[in-house]
Amino acid sequence: MISKIKKDWFSNIRADVLAGIVVALALIPEAIAFSIIAGVDPMIGLYASFTMAVVIAFAGGRPAMISAATGAMALLMGPLVREYGIHYLLAATILTGVIQIIFGVCKVARLMKFIPRAVMIGFVNALAILIFMAQVPQFIDVSSTTYVFVAITLVIVYVVPRFVKVIPAPLMAIIALTAVAIYTNADLRTVGDLGHISQTLPQFFIPDVPFTFETFAIIFPYSLALAIVGLLESLLTASIVDDMTGTESNKNQEARGQGIANIVTGLFGGMAGCAMIGQSVINVKSGGRSRLSTLVAGSFLMFLIIVLGDLVVQIPMPVLAGIMIMVSVGTFDWSSFSYLRKAPKTDAAVMLVTVAIVVATHDLSKGVIAGVILSAIFFTAKISKMKVNKQVEKERVFFAVEGQLFFASVDSFLDAFDFTVEHKEIVIDFSGAHIWDDSAVGAIDKVVMKYNEGHNRVTIKGLNSPSQRIVDKLTVHKNTKLIMH
Amino acid sequence: MYKKVLLAVDGSENSLRAAQEAGRMASLVTGCKIEVVYVVDFAKSKRDTLHVQSTEELDLFRRQNQRVEEELKSQKAAYEVKILHGEPGPAIVKYANEEKFNLVIIGSRGLNALQEMVLGSVSHKVMKRVHCPALIVK
Repeated sequence: MISKIKKDWFSNIRADVLAGIVVALALIPEAIAFSIIAGVDPMIGLYASFTMAVVIAFAGGRPAMISAATGAMALLMGPLVREYGIHYLLAATILTGVIQIIFGVCKVARLMKFIPRAVMIGFVNALAILIFMAQVPQFIDVSSTTYVFVAITLVIVYVVPRFVKVIPAPLMAIIALTAVAIYTNADLRTVGDLGHISQTLPQFFIPDVPFTFETFAIIFPYSLALAIVGLLESLLTASIVDDMTGTESNKNQEARGQGIANIVTGLFGGMAGCAMIGQSVINVKSGGRSRLSTLVAGSFLMFLIIVLGDLVVQIPMPVLAGIMIMVSVGTFDWSSFSYLRKAPKTDAAVMLVTVAIVVATHDLSKGVIAGVILSAIFFTAKISKMKVNKQVEKERVFFAVEGQLFFASVDSFLDAFDFTVEHKEIVIDFSGAHIWDDSAVGAIDKVVMKYNEGHNRVTIKGLNSPSQRIVDKLTVHKNTKLIMH
Repeated sequence: MYKKVLLAVDGSENSLRAAQEAGRMASLVTGCKIEVVYVVDFAKSKRDTLHVQSTEELDLFRRQNQRVEEELKSQKAAYEVKILHGEPGPAIVKYANEEKFNLVIIGSRGLNALQEMVLGSVSHKVMKRVHCPALIVK
């Protein structure tokens, strides 16, 4: 127990503290930008990033993973905030946590296997596109100074890291350009124009909503979508961190941990969050390996806000927009283009449909659900093709059936037989096939019956034992002397 | 002699040539064991994880990427595969020094002067910082 605590927390202290500080600095602009996407005060996102990171450091299943306010979640909550206000968002955040804990207890990590990779690639790409689209109003048609600031930010974040690796480039862009903006008195929108920063710790309070079924009915759809999207991104991130560090993690504990973190976040006035791919990658790259790095990231972020809140409100919006463009470019899976060419057409279609639905609805959960359903349909279509080879000898007609016989494939199975023959010996060989359900047995019965009507003698052979069992159980043809070997 | 050999590879032609040399050398030394080390850049972790369905598949996907193993097999060399994570240069150096290899073999990437200035040469970094002899295969 003690050695586990030591390994999880204090195995790598120096590097963890440094990585945590780097992540805290990188989190601030994102937390503010995601608050703006959600349509709430920057403090809501900053508080969320603080409480999410601190709680998940203890409760999560994947050490060194960073959880905070995220774009995927922020995009979902916009309509709720606009229609009902912030307190409903906080209530929804708490309910999201409850749903995630239930998912975690039900061992939902296993279900991740049912989500095809095409859907996950679509998810990531749609997220990147939406984050980018959310930045467009921040810089298109605002002023020419705005364009200049966005452009300089992009140059800094992409060029400077080639030479300076210790300080995160977005932070350098923020410091340099905020200084320039203040000094030249440039006419730019700032973070302060979109909300205020309070230099206090978050406080515990129960969201001010009526505790009625009506409230529940309003927030439940949002909470469910938030819970699904949050777990999807968190478990994907956990797999990435697993791979980067060459270690394993407990996915179900992570799901429960996300739930606990969201409940605490909701009670301390923060918006729902989840794990962040980009920030977790930064953490591991900077040397973070244990839970300590996550704890430091959250605590140091809060410390910075309390100390430097006055300066944070002066950050020009175009600088933030430039940083978020970088985040969206980093989120996008650029190998998708070669994937589209190389992957099976149905997979490519699933990926594109997932992206299209998310971009149209701004709801990642809808895209994922549509993508999963579409993949299931494609899969069913693919395996429902039956192959029946026919061989005619003098008095015998021989059919070799290949494929999966179930409700979706009975039509293509039945089409393969012609029932015009009479007075022959019919042999149907199922050794290349598997019988799955009631409809399949019904179809076999139908074939036997039709041939019997034409005074043929039907022999069925080659059924594997599970198929034989289901046929024995469900066939209606025992009386017609159906011979089975 | 060289009984514990580290062969650092990526997917390139150069590492295939390095594998050929490693195999030839191994055939001369009895009891020589080659460890084929492949470094997954942190930046690739996200892409690779996203494009596979399970960790088993991930391992397979990374190993199939290279013809190095076939080359070693055809030369009947004893080898093991190790996948490291991080920046290629430092990761190879750290592993080679910690595990006390007798020899490191690596293919040079064949960049021109400008590319090397910008990207930095992995083989160069490795050669400078490993504690054992290094063989760079052109």
